[in-house]
Amino acid sequence: MTDSGTAVFLSELGRALPAIGEGLLVTLEATALGAALALLVAFALGLASRSRLLVVRGAARAVVEFLRGTSLYVQLFWLFFALPMLGFRLDPMACGVLAFGLNYGAYGAEVVRGAIAAVPAAQTEAAIALGMGPVLRLRRVVLPQAYALMVPPFKNLLIQLLKATPLLSLVTVADLTFRIDQLRSATGGTAAAYLLLLLLYFALAALLGAGMNALERRAKARLGVVSGPGGRGGPRAVRAVPRAGRAGGGA
Amino acid sequence: MPSDHVPGAEKVRFDRVTKRFGDQTVLDGLDLTVAPGERVTLIGPSGSGKTTILRLLMTLERVTDGVVHVDGEPFSHMPSGPGGALVPADERHLAPRRRRIGMVFQQFNLFPHMSVLANVVEAPRHVLGLDGDEAAARARDLLGLVGLADKEDAHPTRLSGGQQQRVAIARALAMRPELLLLDEVTSALDPELVAEVLDVLRDVADSTDITMLCVTHEMGFARDISDRILMFDGGRVLESGPPERLLDAPEHERTQAFVRSIT
Amino acid sequence: MGGAGSMWDMEAARAALPVVLSGFGITLLATVLGFAVAAVAGLAIALLQRSGGRRLALAVGAPAAFVRSTPVMVQLFAAWVLVPGLDPLVLGVLVLGLHYATYLSEVYRAGIDAVPKGQWEACTALSLPRRRVWRAVVLPQAVRKVLPALGNYAVSLFKETPFLSVITVNEMVHEASAFGSTHFAYLESFTLAAAVFLLASWPTSLLVRRLEARLAQ
Repeated sequence: MTDSGTAVFLSELGRALPAIGEGLLVTLEATALGAALALLVAFALGLASRSRLLVVRGAARAVVEFLRGTSLYVQLFWLFFALPMLGFRLDPMACGVLAFGLNYGAYGAEVVRGAIAAVPAAQTEAAIALGMGPVLRLRRVVLPQAYALMVPPFKNLLIQLLKATPLLSLVTVADLTFRIDQLRSATGGTAAAYLLLLLLYFALAALLGAGMNALERRAKARLGVVSGPGGRGGPRAVRAVPRAGRAGGGA
Repeated sequence: MPSDHVPGAEKVRFDRVTKRFGDQTVLDGLDLTVAPGERVTLIGPSGSGKTTILRLLMTLERVTDGVVHVDGEPFSHMPSGPGGALVPADERHLAPRRRRIGMVFQQFNLFPHMSVLANVVEAPRHVLGLDGDEAAARARDLLGLVGLADKEDAHPTRLSGGQQQRVAIARALAMRPELLLLDEVTSALDPELVAEVLDVLRDVADSTDITMLCVTHEMGFARDISDRILMFDGGRVLESGPPERLLDAPEHERTQAFVRSIT
Repeated sequence: MGGAGSMWDMEAARAALPVVLSGFGITLLATVLGFAVAAVAGLAIALLQRSGGRRLALAVGAPAAFVRSTPVMVQLFAAWVLVPGLDPLVLGVLVLGLHYATYLSEVYRAGIDAVPKGQWEACTALSLPRRRVWRAVVLPQAVRKVLPALGNYAVSLFKETPFLSVITVNEMVHEASAFGSTHFAYLESFTLAAAVFLLASWPTSLLVRRLEARLAQ
């Protein structure tokens, strides 16, 4: 970039700051709403896929496979372009939140299912021995422990979701990418605008990551697992609890 | 305490109970009766079905055949329909009855996301519906009984194995069980920690009339607390009797060999 | 369904199918090439981070972390402006491939870390040269362990190829979109595109899961 190019870029940037701020808010809003819906979908489908009823389990599996298999990009475009042809027109932002929530919710369902399965069976047995029913066992014993296993993969999904939000600019939502693209046009198509945009997303991802790391540390502290900040917590981390479970044989 | 069972005065009765895992038969048509307040210890080689008996009583396993009775009524099964034929029990049948039974596990199985006190408070509060103060008072009494009054805020994983197991005993007792199942409660402990756990259990045995069913390899402990010891082999009771007789003068050669091998 | 909506039009669908499928060829090509770039570059990143010095690890790791945590769509835009004149498909394959390389480097690293310490110690005891240790002992075990994860990422890359349409690559969704706008048949064209994605990715996911189960034994 030439010096005069830099000057033009900086002055245009100054003028565009309020618009960029608005775009940032839109991006954050889409991330937050999408993540909230995804969390809901993840628990609903994750718990349903552990149901004792084959019908419920099968239906949950099918929905998860469908949502994961059809590509987020296509889902969003389908909601935005195809759904109106069936007579339903959704606000573009709603299309985005719905697509993000359903797609990442399906991935989250696998996280929920896996985390619940990773809680040692002996914990459930101890809860049964204390007379706790299925709902109480799930709520008071299994989920609090599974939660610690869910946080690290949820962190990855959340950052993936954030990174998917520029799709909104393709369906007319004035998100961060949309605003910076306008800035780029105004400054004669320099790459500086996109580099700035990448830096902004990097900062957002770092912030979200730091927040999730704090959640992870708290969750692990509650389980009495010592770990470095943001340490890699796999299912192994929970095994500070004595190894559980006896295979069929008995004594 | 009675060691001969009187009909009608039975806490537990196994009626021709068979338990199979796949093609492996762990219990083979077992008959077994335990009187109220009786302390019964099950011994025998591993794989002889002792732990399975406890797990069946705790409803962690289901019987393959036969019926388990508790307090003179069917437990593993329930009467159904006008004829009152026995069918496998559902959750509604089991839930209230299960509350009268407590269990202490080999691996303690404390809840790692709760403090020591919260572990003991949990079930009285959320299963029995006690209010918070009452449940906490009961839990503190019991933590005192097991010598851990000063550890109530500690995290379970910070405790030694012996301390964890004492918390687990307090947790089981907090439900005021009428029947307490002890499943190799010292097998996972370092040798120097065994005594503190057994001392607590001797206390419990001396100061309460809880019916106890115990699987252990600690023959000294078994001798101290048991009214009756049952020697298991191959899913059946090989012989039974008061500790002195069974441990000092066993009839069966296999019992002799087993007792020799672990003392 | 509101009166404004037309319903599924079989004629339009029949016309859209060959168009969508013609784009599928480019989608597959982009997937295969992109994943090849990702697999090789990802391994290179992992090895540089793992076997070089601290400074080299940082020099490679920091840009990788940056690429990993920023949107691939914006990266495509940026590359499009920064590297003019390159064929869009080539550019797209490189950007998508490098983006996934930063994921795969983490996968490889986890696999390398999972090789037991005893394996390294045995190599030292045998005085095996460093290159040989990596090539003959560590990498074969590491890659075998992470094969299912690599497979999952291949499927995931496949589903992200529509992003290439933002730099004018004529992949499947681009074709579906174009057909939808000229024939006003978005419902048919995007539904078909979704169906093709599902039909292609679902069996692949099942295969990956089978592989996972077999390796877990």
